[in-house]
Amino acid sequence: MLLETFRLALLTVARNKLRSFLTVLGIVIGVASVIAMVTVGQGSTQRVQSDVASLGSNLLMIRPGQPGRGPGGGQNDAPSLTAQDVEALLTDIPDLVAATPSASRTLNAVYGDTTHAVSVTGTDNAYFPVRGWTLQEGRMFSDAELRAGTPVCILGTTTSNALIGEGNPVGITFRLGKITCEVIGLLDKREASTFGQDDNDTVILPLKTFQRRIAGNTNVSAISVTFRDGTTAEEVTPQIQSLMRERRHLTDDQDDNFNVFDMKQISSMLTGITGTLTGLLSAVAAISLLVGGIGIMNIMLVSVTERTREIGIRMAIGATEGQVLLQFLVEAVVLSLIGGFLGVVIGLGLGWAGSSALNVTFVPDWQITGAAFVFSALVGVVFGYFPARRAARLDPIEALRHQ
Amino acid sequence: MIEFRDLSKIYGSGEAQVKALDHVDFQVDRGEFVAVMGPSGSGKSTTMNIIGCLDTPSAGQYLLMGQEVGAFDRDQRALLRRNFLGFIFQGFNLLSRTTALENVELPLVYQGVPADERRERARAALDKVGLLARADHKPSELSGGQQQRVAIARAIVTRPALILADEPTGNLDSARSREIMELLQGLNRAEGMTVLMVTHEPDMAEYASRIAVFAYGRLQSDTRNAA
Repeated sequence: MLLETFRLALLTVARNKLRSFLTVLGIVIGVASVIAMVTVGQGSTQRVQSDVASLGSNLLMIRPGQPGRGPGGGQNDAPSLTAQDVEALLTDIPDLVAATPSASRTLNAVYGDTTHAVSVTGTDNAYFPVRGWTLQEGRMFSDAELRAGTPVCILGTTTSNALIGEGNPVGITFRLGKITCEVIGLLDKREASTFGQDDNDTVILPLKTFQRRIAGNTNVSAISVTFRDGTTAEEVTPQIQSLMRERRHLTDDQDDNFNVFDMKQISSMLTGITGTLTGLLSAVAAISLLVGGIGIMNIMLVSVTERTREIGIRMAIGATEGQVLLQFLVEAVVLSLIGGFLGVVIGLGLGWAGSSALNVTFVPDWQITGAAFVFSALVGVVFGYFPARRAARLDPIEALRHQ
Repeated sequence: MIEFRDLSKIYGSGEAQVKALDHVDFQVDRGEFVAVMGPSGSGKSTTMNIIGCLDTPSAGQYLLMGQEVGAFDRDQRALLRRNFLGFIFQGFNLLSRTTALENVELPLVYQGVPADERRERARAALDKVGLLARADHKPSELSGGQQQRVAIARAIVTRPALILADEPTGNLDSARSREIMELLQGLNRAEGMTVLMVTHEPDMAEYASRIAVFAYGRLQSDTRNAA
């Protein structure tokens, strides 16, 4: 009997395709947005967390610019960092175990017919342990190469794949901007990205090579330092700040013209923002589900009025109140379930597209997906009940007389 | 089979009170074919609604197969209709978007008969009214006479004890009307089904074995046809 009722409800829904579609649109939008939001939100959160993990522990970054403007803010009027700052930091602050300078820009890499825009970083060998990189092929830079600024480079896996496809790139030479560069190493692939950029899409050169042949200056855009275990970012940061103030000849009445970032702190802030946004958008989506439910109720009421005569016939033939109620309730539930199903499909699709667009991992949350589906069925029951009860309470004589 | 004991039906209240049935005693035995006649407002429709368990008396008793229906609630009356009654309407009242076969199956669906047996019995009923060939047609693809025969098949598919026909020929021409009446007469005589039929047309009433005439909410005359 129940199976029969479902079959009948499906037939009724299928008969009125356009109307059914418009009816469930609210549910579709509600469910789809909940799922898309949560999927992208969770992907971002996961990415931020893995970014931090990939950056290695006990990491601080020093950049030129006014404090309080976030990474990369207000660099224009502040003097650049220098390679000498790195040595001074290591010498004067015993808590630091490593410090590495870096300077970056985006250049076109050309190999054969292939051109690929890539992030190019000039640095030294300390960069690899500090940033958590290991090599899968080749070697790091030699002291001679670092000192002389030889055009040798180490590739990330994405860059290597873009230039030569699968395989070992060590030994090839390619054009990088205006210079010709020999590949001496290949980084291990890592499943992370730094704030939207694929980490594996990178070319790493000796700092001198970058400064002389690409940038044409001796600027260092960032210094990454790691401090020893047993101390904290809160303890190390003031030491770095006072040393840097001294080195940059800042008087007591001048503000810092550099920033010291604790990457973990930034990531937890970003995670918090993502969480709040996901929550807010989900609330909006829940309201859309509610509106969708009202849409279903509305159309079911219309349907009951239109089919009053049918209800009368069914009652004369022997349908009980419960059977009429069930028929219309099942119809509302079938409608909302179809809406829920479409919503899940579209939501996962949007989530996938959004994740790719934002370059984050696609993390479908099956719990939320299941919950959204169940909730949409619930919407059908709740908002279908009132019209169904109205149908069930009809007087068969009146209903049969209805034109 | 059917017994009205001092039965009244009153609509409205106070000044606007209408006595549709006024202390009526009426009895139909198993196997009878009764034509109920009378002008509009005479109480014949109310009689049919009460016999059909669609309405309840205001006073007095209505016994269907020895059971006092007045005390039954809506669902109990629905079960009575489902298991013991078959309805035929003037306007056919088929479900327009389903096929003839599905229309005939419908009462069996509510009885919970399994799909295979349902199909079998619905086809047998359609065969009995001579419309098996049209089983897959929708009502809109059938003529009026054919639609009424589908409705008869739907009414008899549950093998009811009593068939209630409300002006079954009201929308049909005279040739089609005679076909329907012969069908009802056949069911009454060959299958032993009790038939109660409301009609305006004396020609149609001639097919019945008994004619009951209502006027002003009372049974005015009750005569047996010499068959």
